[in-house]
Amino acid sequence: MITLDLIVFTVLALFITVSAVLAVTTKRILRAATYLLFVLFGTAGIYFQLNYSFLGAVQLLIYAGGITVLYVFSILLTSSEGDKAEKLKGYKLVIGLIATVAALGICLFIMLKNPFVPSNFEHGELDVRTIGHALMGTGKDGYVLPFEVISILLLACIVGGIMIARKR
Amino acid sequence: MDFTYTVLILLLPFLSFILIGLLGTKLKPVTAGIIGTVVTGIAAALSYYTAFGYFGAGRDASGVYPTMIPWNTVWLPFSETLHIDLGVMLDPISVMMLVVISTVSLMVHIYSFGYMKGERGFQRYYAFLSLFTMSMMGLVVATNIFQMYLFWELVGVSSYLLIGFYYTKKEAVAASKKAFIVTRFADLGFLVGILFYGFYTGTFSFTPDAPALGAAKAILPIALGLMFVGGAGKSAMFPLHIWLPDAMEGPTPVSALIHAATMVVAGVYLVARMFPLFVEYAPDVLHLTAYVGAFTALYAAVVACVQSDIKRVLAFSTISQIGFMIVALGVCTSSDPHAGGLGYMASMFHLFTHAMFKALLFLCAGCIIHAVHSNEVSAMGGLRKYLPVTHATFLVACLAIAGIWPLSGFFSKDEIITACFEFSPFIGVTMTFIAGLTAFYMFRLYYGIFWGRENKALHAEHVPHEAPATMTVPLVFLAVVTLFAGWIPFGHFVSSDGQAYTIHINTTVAIVSLCVAAAGIALATWMYMREDRKVADGLATRFSGLHKAAYHRFYIDEIYQFITHRIIFACISSPIAWFDRHVVDGFMNGMAWVTEKTSWAIRYMQSGSVQRYCIWFLGGVLGLVILLLLI
Amino acid sequence: MIQMEYYLIVSTILMFVGIYGFITRRNLLAMLISVELILNSVDINFVVFNRFLFPEQLEGFFFTLFAIGISAAETAVAIAIIINIYRNMKNIQVKNLKNMKW
Repeated sequence: MITLDLIVFTVLALFITVSAVLAVTTKRILRAATYLLFVLFGTAGIYFQLNYSFLGAVQLLIYAGGITVLYVFSILLTSSEGDKAEKLKGYKLVIGLIATVAALGICLFIMLKNPFVPSNFEHGELDVRTIGHALMGTGKDGYVLPFEVISILLLACIVGGIMIARKR
Repeated sequence: MDFTYTVLILLLPFLSFILIGLLGTKLKPVTAGIIGTVVTGIAAALSYYTAFGYFGAGRDASGVYPTMIPWNTVWLPFSETLHIDLGVMLDPISVMMLVVISTVSLMVHIYSFGYMKGERGFQRYYAFLSLFTMSMMGLVVATNIFQMYLFWELVGVSSYLLIGFYYTKKEAVAASKKAFIVTRFADLGFLVGILFYGFYTGTFSFTPDAPALGAAKAILPIALGLMFVGGAGKSAMFPLHIWLPDAMEGPTPVSALIHAATMVVAGVYLVARMFPLFVEYAPDVLHLTAYVGAFTALYAAVVACVQSDIKRVLAFSTISQIGFMIVALGVCTSSDPHAGGLGYMASMFHLFTHAMFKALLFLCAGCIIHAVHSNEVSAMGGLRKYLPVTHATFLVACLAIAGIWPLSGFFSKDEIITACFEFSPFIGVTMTFIAGLTAFYMFRLYYGIFWGRENKALHAEHVPHEAPATMTVPLVFLAVVTLFAGWIPFGHFVSSDGQAYTIHINTTVAIVSLCVAAAGIALATWMYMREDRKVADGLATRFSGLHKAAYHRFYIDEIYQFITHRIIFACISSPIAWFDRHVVDGFMNGMAWVTEKTSWAIRYMQSGSVQRYCIWFLGGVLGLVILLLLI
Repeated sequence: MIQMEYYLIVSTILMFVGIYGFITRRNLLAMLISVELILNSVDINFVVFNRFLFPEQLEGFFFTLFAIGISAAETAVAIAIIINIYRNMKNIQVKNLKNMKW
């Protein structure tokens, strides 16, 4: 039965897959970054479809909005003599292709052979209040400790990034 | 009375060794010397105080001086009864040895101020002296045979270090190695003996209980015999004596302290320490030691008659005198001094007196060498007018070692010869003859140095002069001790069963040995006192073969040389060395070669490329998954 | 209704496309982009499992949230390193990075 959901999902899935393949095959690095951006958009779409709109928003803001910009800047900074990827030797490409396709096949085979019990989920938007309480909670389902750890990690990252990249 | 402080007698010299050794040349030579001397002086004072307290405390109910262990710690426990202890044991002979060692050591410390003045490594010298003093004290107060072994080896090490003190001199280095290797070789026997002893009696104690001894009855003679091998090495018994004459390459005070008075009697002390077991369980081994000792005494006395280096003469005389002590112990047939056990007391007595007059002789020799800068008798002669103090003290020592009444040597030697006659007339006669030889060669030396033909050319060039007071004071002190030590009622302190024993002079023996000694002296006087020495030179030419053989110590060293170089090195060591170099090393090198080539071949796997690793990783995971799926 | 497997198929494909890119690209930034693809596929998996299997809990949700944060951090540091390499070598091709080999 074809529903709107399924159509949207199909479109998103195709969009993600094609963009991803293009991102790893295109010769121009700037285009690869653009295709990555498309993949991220598609992923955000999947989050929205799963009724995790907060996560989708985070994905758009941080990934699409922040990280991709970082990529683009660094590409512009580092690609001086054209941004073409160099030709890879044929056999290496073939080996990589065979390995990944075989692995993909096996993974899909295993996954599809074992049915998962629930095949659907209850619709319903996740309350931002719930998320906030869980994120700041200190109890059994609280995530304040990882939250704080992540904040320290980000701080360390900022310092490390500056330390590494600064001119001496 | 509390004797716990006796552990200080060990600790103080050790601390001084650490201090002087670590500070080294940061100390002024004089400071190092003063530290060493003061510490030894304190140790000596403590030793005297201990002796006074110990013998003053009196005997216990059974009439013996009690054996005390004022300080003890279990160091390595193996089983209930078998453990290695470190401690201090006081009994008559250990207290007596403490007195001897600390006295001689103190004298040598003082003497070295003058003798070693201006030498390079003055601080090192004093550090080693302290180490030696500590080890020797530890040896004599050992509470068990293993502690004795530990300090025994320490004594060997310090002897090695001090013989090789002039390490830039090739002969000294060779001599130190020779001493160390020969004594180590003998100590192997000692160690095996200790292990036998410990294994079969189940204890390292000197006095195991009766059941343990009964169990080990069959093995005890072997164990004790092996221990005597160690003692023979340290005490330079034939044929392990070869290291001692060479050890004279060390500084002369060291020869006095280590290679005449204290360390070399360690073997005698060992036999005395194990004496109850020897007498009870291994009388045959004990008598065997008597024959070894007698032969050594004879051999060394004969060799001493023809040597021309004064320290060599004294070295051979030491060997001969230690032979006397061993003989005295060996002829004991029971532990009752009135019935065949006299030798024990005689041996300890001779050890005591010999330490004093032999140290004196060596210190005199040091003064003489100091004066003429040579060891050879030919460079001396007629020195009596240049060195009056040395002359007088040397004469006292010579008379003492020759056994002339009323000097100390007379009393102890008389007891030894009496004990020998009690055992067998043959040994008695032999020892009397050796006593005569002793008198002869000592006076030959004496006349050679102080009378006789004077090397006028040399003396004109460099006028011999008397040594400074730091050197003569110890001489005088030791000479006084030598003069009067014979009157000490030694038997009251030390005897084989611990009971008081009053020394009585056996008149016949005394008269005979005095006559023999006098004959020896007279012969030496007739042959060597005059300037021309016609008789002596004539005899040397007539019996040139014998003279030459004796001069070369009957070629014992050459025999050793032949055995070690021609037989052991050439036939055993060289093939082993070849095997090691070519087969063992070759195998190892081959393995290394294979590993290296393999790594060169496969090093491209470690490309450093993450992507290539990733492919391998992926491939591996795939392979594993397929494998699991198939299973 | 969309089956759970569909989502998983998409994420698996995304994952292996990312691996393919990681293996074959020779440009450091392109490799980093491939890593981002892999991370995204894992994020999708977390969310889907959470949504379908344990709708009452939020573990998968928060894991994804934190993974996004961590990937941001990782990207920042990686790009700092890449820029540093570029400064030293004037390009960012993997084959030139052999100063520290052997």
